[in-house]
Amino acid sequence: MHLKQLLEDTPRVLNIGLSSFATDLAACGIEVVALDWQPPASGNPELARWLLELADNPQIEQANQEALRRLFAAEPVLVDVQPAGEVIKTLGERMILHAGPPIEWDRMCGPMQGAICGVMVFENWAEDLAAARELAASGQIQLQPNHHHAAVGPMTGLTTPNQPVFIVENRAFGNRAYCTINEGLGKVMRFGGNDAEVIDRLRWIKAELGPALGAALRECGGVDLKNIVARGLGMGDEMHQRNVACSGLMLRQLAPALARVVPDAGKLSRILAFIAGNDQFFLNIAMVMGKAMMDPVRDIPHSTVVTAMCRNGTDFGIRVSGCGDTWFSAPVEMPRGLYFPGFTEADANPDMGDSTIVETIGLGGFAMAAAPAVAGFVGAGSAADAQRYTEAMSEITLGRNPEWTIPALDFAGVPSAIDIRAVVDTGITPTINTGIAHREPGVGQVGAGIVNAPAACFSQALQAFHARYQEGGQ
Amino acid sequence: MSFCLNAVRQRFYLDSVALMRYSQQLIALPGVNNAALMIGSPSNKDILQDAGLLAEAGQAASANDLIIAVQADDEAAAEAALAHAQTLLQQPAAKGQAKSGQRQPRSLAAALQQLPQANLALISVPGEFAAVEARRALRRGLHVMLFSDNVSLADELSLKQDAQARGLLLMGPDCGTAILNGAPLAFANVVPRGDIGLIAASGTGLQEVSCLIARLGGGVSHGIGVGGRDLKDDIGAISTLMAFDALEQDLATRHIVLISKPPGQQVIGRLLERIGRSSKPVTVCFMGAETLALPSCATQADTLQEAAEQALGRKVPEAAVPLPAVGQGRRWLRGLYAGGTLCAEAQAILRALPGLQSNVPIPGVASVDNKPAHSLIDLGADDYTIGRPHPMLDPAIRNLVLAETLRDTSVAVVLLDVVLGYGAHADPAQGLVSVIRTAPAERPIIITSVTGTDADPQGYSRQKNALCEAGVLVANSNAQAVRWAGRILGHPL
Repeated sequence: MHLKQLLEDTPRVLNIGLSSFATDLAACGIEVVALDWQPPASGNPELARWLLELADNPQIEQANQEALRRLFAAEPVLVDVQPAGEVIKTLGERMILHAGPPIEWDRMCGPMQGAICGVMVFENWAEDLAAARELAASGQIQLQPNHHHAAVGPMTGLTTPNQPVFIVENRAFGNRAYCTINEGLGKVMRFGGNDAEVIDRLRWIKAELGPALGAALRECGGVDLKNIVARGLGMGDEMHQRNVACSGLMLRQLAPALARVVPDAGKLSRILAFIAGNDQFFLNIAMVMGKAMMDPVRDIPHSTVVTAMCRNGTDFGIRVSGCGDTWFSAPVEMPRGLYFPGFTEADANPDMGDSTIVETIGLGGFAMAAAPAVAGFVGAGSAADAQRYTEAMSEITLGRNPEWTIPALDFAGVPSAIDIRAVVDTGITPTINTGIAHREPGVGQVGAGIVNAPAACFSQALQAFHARYQEGGQ
Repeated sequence: MSFCLNAVRQRFYLDSVALMRYSQQLIALPGVNNAALMIGSPSNKDILQDAGLLAEAGQAASANDLIIAVQADDEAAAEAALAHAQTLLQQPAAKGQAKSGQRQPRSLAAALQQLPQANLALISVPGEFAAVEARRALRRGLHVMLFSDNVSLADELSLKQDAQARGLLLMGPDCGTAILNGAPLAFANVVPRGDIGLIAASGTGLQEVSCLIARLGGGVSHGIGVGGRDLKDDIGAISTLMAFDALEQDLATRHIVLISKPPGQQVIGRLLERIGRSSKPVTVCFMGAETLALPSCATQADTLQEAAEQALGRKVPEAAVPLPAVGQGRRWLRGLYAGGTLCAEAQAILRALPGLQSNVPIPGVASVDNKPAHSLIDLGADDYTIGRPHPMLDPAIRNLVLAETLRDTSVAVVLLDVVLGYGAHADPAQGLVSVIRTAPAERPIIITSVTGTDADPQGYSRQKNALCEAGVLVANSNAQAVRWAGRILGHPL
């Protein structure tokens, strides 16, 4: 666009600042888009200076393109279900994997501690909940994040040796990831539930459901997940708060194989009914798919792409591709949303779970436009509102997934690969769709809504990134 | 005491999110303590039971039925809530609540997605952020009009060098006005398209010249602002020279007018060299400059009015206004200007007036002190605008000073300007008139001009008539108004 052309053409204006200028231009029939301008980096001059230094840097752009390439090249296939202790080689004796960034027992929230006590009873490491609590507090149980073991888990997200886990293989890169099976709604361990009903269900999952699913998957050669997600987006799912379509699609794929590997009609019926009765059955599969897709994107030098977002009910943590294994953490925020009968905001636990992995790959809050019903959890809930959420996320992401498209956005792809520079610059933080747990252990889910990733995680990450790559450093 | 009531709608299904939203609406009703709409599955009935919301009717519901459960202070409130629920269920939103228009983007990248053919960024953010935004816009291949001020000289130079290397024009910083192909940008007037191309280091200078051309029946091809410092030696007229090249190539432009304060010593040489190679006639108006040895294609104008006249080949007509005599004991001239360049033009014309002072003096004019003297004040200068809007936007500060001046029995003549157009106040004459109406009967003579056109939102004629009716002498240009003042004071110029 050279000067001669400007004078031969009509000005088409981007207005940055006084909105009256845009109004005047529009009144004159001039094409104009007015930006909702805010000082970069919320007016923090040091961050703003770093942003400028890190902008249009060929090394970063190249690294980020590689990150996008790897993300979009992923071929996630659900291949098997096996006990965690047998397939997660790094899962040691007396080790519990939990959701979110690293955290010690004393700082864990009520539901997380409650779930840990429950799972210790399930694992027969403690006689009862009281004994379990004492043992956990003694430090004799190792507590580590799922993310350190190629795993993820929803809400409290506990992974222990005797729980069966979904195994997703990313066939483009050969890596595998793991996640437990969704227990259903109501009183469940992921929301801190730990009574006999919860533990009995886990035992049934271990004894009957897990082995059957594993056998069926092995028998049918696995289920390609990219397809299911692509179709689910067209059917109103965003794969975090809404998995109705994908759960149905998955059941449709699994049922014939299950029927072949589970000859007992009563047992088969129980398994099918359990899957069919849980609209969130696919959530854990979407999560493990996300982990399998994102792990190859880790450790790309100079990349500013977020490779993990997760919360443990106390802290929210993110990892950035070019920053190695470092977690950038800040206190979690409270979700805003709608509550089940009898519960209010006063009952809510702060945000929790590894499920935010789906947002890092462009689903959940980023794909809100595909699931207008979910936008109903906050605000007016119109389809236009849902689209605005997705459009806002496109301002902090590097690209749009060519295969996962949203019909309501004229088949634009879901906005994918969060760039920490864009988050700090615009002040737009990732929108996350989430369930809301009761703050007391054992009560379960009390609502659903949305929450934002804390801005502090991203400014910390930017600071670390800048320090790591500034001239002379490496 | 509370009252629990259930109603069941058989074989009715609605999405659970929609049901939860209805529940919230019921809870908001007077006397209602809790409410829920749920499909009657066994697990949902458990939830209702635990919340104390399940009554007999609800217990009988099946998984294909909808339970409306209400817990209220009394039966009447519960019944009212149930009725309201039925209404909600029967009247789904008739139309979508979608607000028209797209989401306002936060970032330049997102804005470019909405308007991929954008070619210009108009930047008016606070000065400390302006250079960053301008740099980003240039990197995206956009020309930039930088309205913001308080941009450092170093930033201005590097931005202009960057722009030049990319073949992009950077107008500003502190560029108040531009007209590109008839599009008025920021503070600009609605002038007809024509064949005169303007390059101006000053916003009000560009406004005055373009309006005079318009009112004389001519038109403007483009009005390019370059910022007040472009012709200083530090910047080297980077934008001015680019604009000159562009206007020389531009087929719509026949005559080029250059408006600025006197350029730096090095810049003047380069400009004269460039003008010497021009294939089109040029008028230079370097307000307050000495007479220059110009190439044959160029003429020099001492005032904005002359610049318009030379470009168009027509004279601004003398308004037929009888000039009154100065009142008894009155001596001094007070210019109260909103437009900086109009104030400079007044100084250039009145430079010979003994003891003339200004807060923004041009060479040959003294700085203001507190002694009685003729003075020309730019009320848009920093000393008046820190923490306050510019008087072109909000005339409050000038109206205040004017009211005071009109009570001063030593003042003979008050000289004003009235600037119209986009960006300017919606009705500047109205504020002036109300101040004048409350002035003492014996007051100074008030002279003004109006910078504007009839196509401007405020309307030139409307503004002029309102001022005439209030007894203000309205000249056809600022230069003319200034000369009237000189004549009244016994200094014909």
